Amino acid sequence: MNPNKPITTQAISGEESGFTLGPLQMGPVCCDPQSVIQVENLSLRYGDKTALDKVTLDIYRGCITALIGPSGCGKTSFLSAINRLTDLIPNCVIGGRIRVDGQDIHATESNVQALRRKVGMVFQKPTPFPLSIRRNFSLPLREHGVTRRSEIDAISEQVLRDVGLWDEVCDRLDTAALSLSGGQQQRLCIARALALNPQILLMDEPCSALDPIASGVVEDLISRLRGRYTIVIVTHNLAQARRIANYAAFFWVKERAGQLVEFGQCRHIFETPTHQLTAAYISGARG
Amino acid sequence: MIWSKRNILFPLKLTDSLLHGILRAGAVISALVMLLISLFLIVESWPVLGQISPVRFFTDLSWHPLEGAYQLMPMLAGTLYASVGALLLAIPLGIASALFIAYYASPRLAKWYKRLIELLAGIPSVVFGFWGLTTLVPLINQLHPPGASLLAAILVLTLMILPTITLTAYSALMAVPIEFLRNAAALGLSRWGMIHGVAFPAARAGIVAGIILAMGRAIGETMAVLMVAGNVVQYPDGLFDPIRTLASNIALEMAYAMGDHRAALFISGLLLMVMVMMLSGMAGWLERSRHA
Amino acid sequence: MLKINAMRWRHFYLDRLVQIFVYLAVFLVCAVFLWILIDLLRGGFAHISWGFLIESPRDAGRAGGIGSILVSTVLILLVALAAALPLAWTAAALLAEYVSTTSKLGIVVHYSLQVLAGVPSIVFGLFGNAFFSIYLGLGFSILSGGLTLACMLLPILVSTAEAGLRAVPDSYRSAAAALGMSRAAALFHLLLPIAAPTLAAGLLLGIGRAVAETAALLFTSGYADRMPGSLLDSGRALALHIFDLSMNVPGGDAPAYASALVLVAMLLCINIFAMKLVQDWQRRRTILE
Repeated sequence: MNPNKPITTQAISGEESGFTLGPLQMGPVCCDPQSVIQVENLSLRYGDKTALDKVTLDIYRGCITALIGPSGCGKTSFLSAINRLTDLIPNCVIGGRIRVDGQDIHATESNVQALRRKVGMVFQKPTPFPLSIRRNFSLPLREHGVTRRSEIDAISEQVLRDVGLWDEVCDRLDTAALSLSGGQQQRLCIARALALNPQILLMDEPCSALDPIASGVVEDLISRLRGRYTIVIVTHNLAQARRIANYAAFFWVKERAGQLVEFGQCRHIFETPTHQLTAAYISGARG
Repeated sequence: MIWSKRNILFPLKLTDSLLHGILRAGAVISALVMLLISLFLIVESWPVLGQISPVRFFTDLSWHPLEGAYQLMPMLAGTLYASVGALLLAIPLGIASALFIAYYASPRLAKWYKRLIELLAGIPSVVFGFWGLTTLVPLINQLHPPGASLLAAILVLTLMILPTITLTAYSALMAVPIEFLRNAAALGLSRWGMIHGVAFPAARAGIVAGIILAMGRAIGETMAVLMVAGNVVQYPDGLFDPIRTLASNIALEMAYAMGDHRAALFISGLLLMVMVMMLSGMAGWLERSRHA
Repeated sequence: MLKINAMRWRHFYLDRLVQIFVYLAVFLVCAVFLWILIDLLRGGFAHISWGFLIESPRDAGRAGGIGSILVSTVLILLVALAAALPLAWTAAALLAEYVSTTSKLGIVVHYSLQVLAGVPSIVFGLFGNAFFSIYLGLGFSILSGGLTLACMLLPILVSTAEAGLRAVPDSYRSAAAALGMSRAAALFHLLLPIAAPTLAAGLLLGIGRAVAETAALLFTSGYADRMPGSLLDSGRALALHIFDLSMNVPGGDAPAYASALVLVAMLLCINIFAMKLVQDWQRRRTILE
């Protein structure tokens, strides 16, 4: 197989990828990476507390990038900055530049709603809306212009199949979303984010609020999404990062501000880290 | 839901700022109502405010507005006597009720008693006044004529402010962190010792705020007092003398008051409003200092 | 040793004394409550009939019923709600969603609503008379009375609605924003439906207060006891009718008792309905979670 040639659906059958509809485009992962998010000197302040200080890194298309590091070093803030969820926080000041797909997200002509359609987010605590499962999808879809009921139903079915929930919920789409188990709720949230057909998925510790079995199922799902979506995942679980990530970014708190210590391919970070701090964190000696 | 049909003619950004504008308008109008009320009260009082020095309200010979006499003191005294008397009765009963619901009753009993208090809170003042007129006044009359008196006003007012005190004291007591009470129990305090030593000090600000609010309510109460107090403008010599409060005075005379008389009534209304404003300001300040 | 025993005995004694006092107080309150209810029932139950509820009062209310009075009451209530609800709920949405509690607009609105909440009802009556009846020329009318009541209802409606909206967890707002929903869409489709039971309970609370109100209506909605022809006609609310019957109409006690019973029954129903609503919705929510 030529490593430089993109692989399409003809090459991967339904059972292997787990996806039934939609094209699967896998680039030659990690051999010829294309940067899809460029973060330059990002600084984030909440009032007079600095959360992030001059972070520069690139996120590559189709790869899973894990953000690792102890609590409080700005990983969640970093994530919120990418889809401009920081706009919701009062007194939040952002410095530096973030480019998604070549476009500066803070430029005046950029549209926040369009950005959030391109960049989806899944939170730590599963938050399905306290409505029916069907309405959890129809609400954001209608908001983005998809009004025909048949279209909404088709998209809902597709993403529910992709996350593996379709068989479990197909006969109760009109019941409350909150009646699902924790793991099912989180997969529902992922499906809801996928329904908008994003390019990038931001995930803030998606498995930490789940029991081990549900956590395993969600983790499986995330690694199957690789290649189709660009994923940035914050995780405290180093084993999980080692299992599913292609790239890892290690954050640490220095001088009361979160900073990026090291960024590179996952294998490199975990086996041959350049910084001593990284090595100490990985081995569990610190943090 | 009709809102589900997205209006693709409006870009999303415009909808948001339009909404923000509408919300601001609603809030500002709501805030303006208070300003409007103060404004109109002052405007209507102006004919008399401008002409007569305020001291006359306290030094004139009597309240005979048609003859130019504007002595408010007997009515002010009546208001205060009735309110303070009601407070003296309602505070112990109200706090005891709150203690009962919070600490002494079984959960079911507490639930039902609380519902009873909430129902009592919802009964209109007119119904209390009516009951006072048909039941209390004849009873008091048998004791010491006439029946319509300060005592009747005090009793009816007590019934009306009791729920306020009970419910605010109850929420203040419920806000006491349960660790305090557990520690007290672990130290072997008796129930009253725990209430007196731990719960009351911790809930004090909330309870006092509730009492102040109840006082404001008592001062402003019109209908019930109007129906049972006898409505004679005089300083009461004892509990069985009829009195007239400021609020019921307005209700009684407004129907036929003209010109200066009317303006004088508006002034007494202003006075009432200022008194209650000060009280609720105090209560609000106490609430805030509790959270501080 | 003796001293400790004496102290312990005194504490025990004091504890028991307080307990007795508390029970006595509660017993007293319950007794008076029952006394009032029984008096009302005894005086008025016989007088209530279907005809009583439908006919208009005759002979100054001694005969006939309260039909037109009920209609006037409902009309005044509707006017009050139509005026107060939009203002109150928009103000609450602004305070809960858009404005922080320390901003100037937030402080001003909160403060004026707090003051408004304490103003005695007779003062509202004075204001209503001066502004709605005279200045705006509405005279003694249902419209005037309803608008005055609307001013009185603002604080309750705003504070309950604001509390309801604030109680919605922020996680829903973040999730909606992350899905690219505009704030308007999130407010209408998500937050308001979630906060709906609290809003409804606050509405019912406001209705209860409005129906019980007398002093504010004395000089704004007038005294006429016939069926109102329009909103500009004078109309008498039920609470006012009770007042008139008991104070100004000799021999009007029986219909007054009956009217009082109807009023209290109405308020009881509203109260129970509100409690059931909140419980029901809360139960549905907790089962799902």
